[in-house]
Amino acid sequence: MTSAFRNWALSETPSSRRQAAWGNRYRAWLNFKGNPLGMIGLTIIAIFVLMAILAPLLATHNPATQELGNRLAAPSAAHWLGTDELGRDVYTRILYGARVTLGMVIAVVVLVAPLGLAIGCIAGYFGGIVDTILMRITDIFLAFPRLVLALAFVAALKPGVESAVLAIALTAWPPYARMARAETLTVRGSDFIAAYRLTGASSWRIIFRHIAPLCTPSLIVRVTLDMSSIIITAASLGFLGMGAQPPSPEWGAMIATAKRFIFEQWWVPMIPAVAILLVSLAFNFLGDALRDVLDPKGN
Amino acid sequence: MTIEIDNLRISFGDKEVVKGVSFKVAQGASFGIVGESGSGKSTVLRAMAGLNNHWSGRIAFSGEDAPLKRPPAFFRKVQMVFQDPYGSLHPRQTIDRILSELPLVHGMNDIDARIARVLSAVALPQSARFRFPHQLSGGQRQRVAIARALIAEPQVLLLDEPTSALDVSVQAEILNLLADLRVEQNLTYVMVSHNLSVISHLCSHVGVMIDGHMVEQVTAEDLRLGNVQHAHTRELRTLSVELEEPA
Repeated sequence: MTSAFRNWALSETPSSRRQAAWGNRYRAWLNFKGNPLGMIGLTIIAIFVLMAILAPLLATHNPATQELGNRLAAPSAAHWLGTDELGRDVYTRILYGARVTLGMVIAVVVLVAPLGLAIGCIAGYFGGIVDTILMRITDIFLAFPRLVLALAFVAALKPGVESAVLAIALTAWPPYARMARAETLTVRGSDFIAAYRLTGASSWRIIFRHIAPLCTPSLIVRVTLDMSSIIITAASLGFLGMGAQPPSPEWGAMIATAKRFIFEQWWVPMIPAVAILLVSLAFNFLGDALRDVLDPKGN
Repeated sequence: MTIEIDNLRISFGDKEVVKGVSFKVAQGASFGIVGESGSGKSTVLRAMAGLNNHWSGRIAFSGEDAPLKRPPAFFRKVQMVFQDPYGSLHPRQTIDRILSELPLVHGMNDIDARIARVLSAVALPQSARFRFPHQLSGGQRQRVAIARALIAEPQVLLLDEPTSALDVSVQAEILNLLADLRVEQNLTYVMVSHNLSVISHLCSHVGVMIDGHMVEQVTAEDLRLGNVQHAHTRELRTLSVELEEPA
């Protein structure tokens, strides 16, 4: 079955659109599989995503149930990763926290990547006054330090996950727009784009069907590498009390509330910190490997 | 489809690169433009195709003046083949996808059959259809580029040095293909080249450009015999004769 797929996908003379597309994907996957760090990153992310999805099945306790008689317990058979300052099971809260943290990251990426891509491609393709206006707006957002702008934005709205996502998204898109614009500038004058103009296609069709797909590989690489900094910004907002609100188990907020015990019960803040470290590192590995596979300049 | 170009002027910024070019091409004829690099010959062609909006003068197809911004229907009648087949095909799309773009834009029916037809018209195997440009040779890519122009079922084909990026043996194949297609599909050609022998192989009339001016128009026959007036034409001719028959 797998070898049949392999032969079908790697055929030098594909006979349908689908076969050609799968052939390309399969070659990219083979390429990616050869990178051990990338595979480690992908595995860690897959495990955390599964943990987040299956949290209700994997959890041993209720993330909000307090056991005040058993505060700050060390890891044991009953509480695999110990308990926090209110006697809540840390393992369970890490599972549910993965939902909040990864959910925030995915929400930010879903908001930011298409926006940055669209703005960059439009600015790059049309040039002139459109380019100037869009890029000056981008510069304005780029000029603010990320966390400061996010903090101000959350403070102006109300602290919470949704505001944190919006705030991070608002500060995260400018680099993508700049990158998409740079990529667009390199292809907009090329003959193959001129050929598409000679089909009578509208500028929008050319931008979104022919130029944007050329900018996405480097965008995907950049987004994956930025995932870790988005996670850290999300955690920082949580740490500063501007992100997820208690009792919601967000990793950054968990560190924030447990930081008082860092010398006596060090494992309580340590465990969410390790979770953040692992996921950030995994995203960096993944991004590095994807750069090798997807970035056309590398090939 | 007859083509009339009258006093065509094209500027980039405040630098004028085409300074009042005029010529006519009869229905079904083939007109060649020769000149050195930078003489403005490709610029004339791109303006005719509608890729340049900074021109003045008159460009008319079948006696109808072409507007600055061409309507989509224009591109069903006039198509262009670019110089470099390595840069004129989208690197991440299959041949099928590249060829189907124009039919999709114009809502043409039966796209599958049309693609199969143009592939055989340019003598490409059907197995090339779902491959990517990087899996094809230079000559095959140029055939794809010609097929992409043909799928519009055009009446005019603008050729911008269609063979200069190819090996000599492949050049002949492509030139013969273009010559056959002109007869089969009743096409009118305007071809730009710096190579006189390529031009005289395909074109009945030749215009010589230097520094933005078209200094002379002669028939291919006269060019071969050396019946030329302008010093520059003579110079170009001697140069290409010398290149072909090294002393």
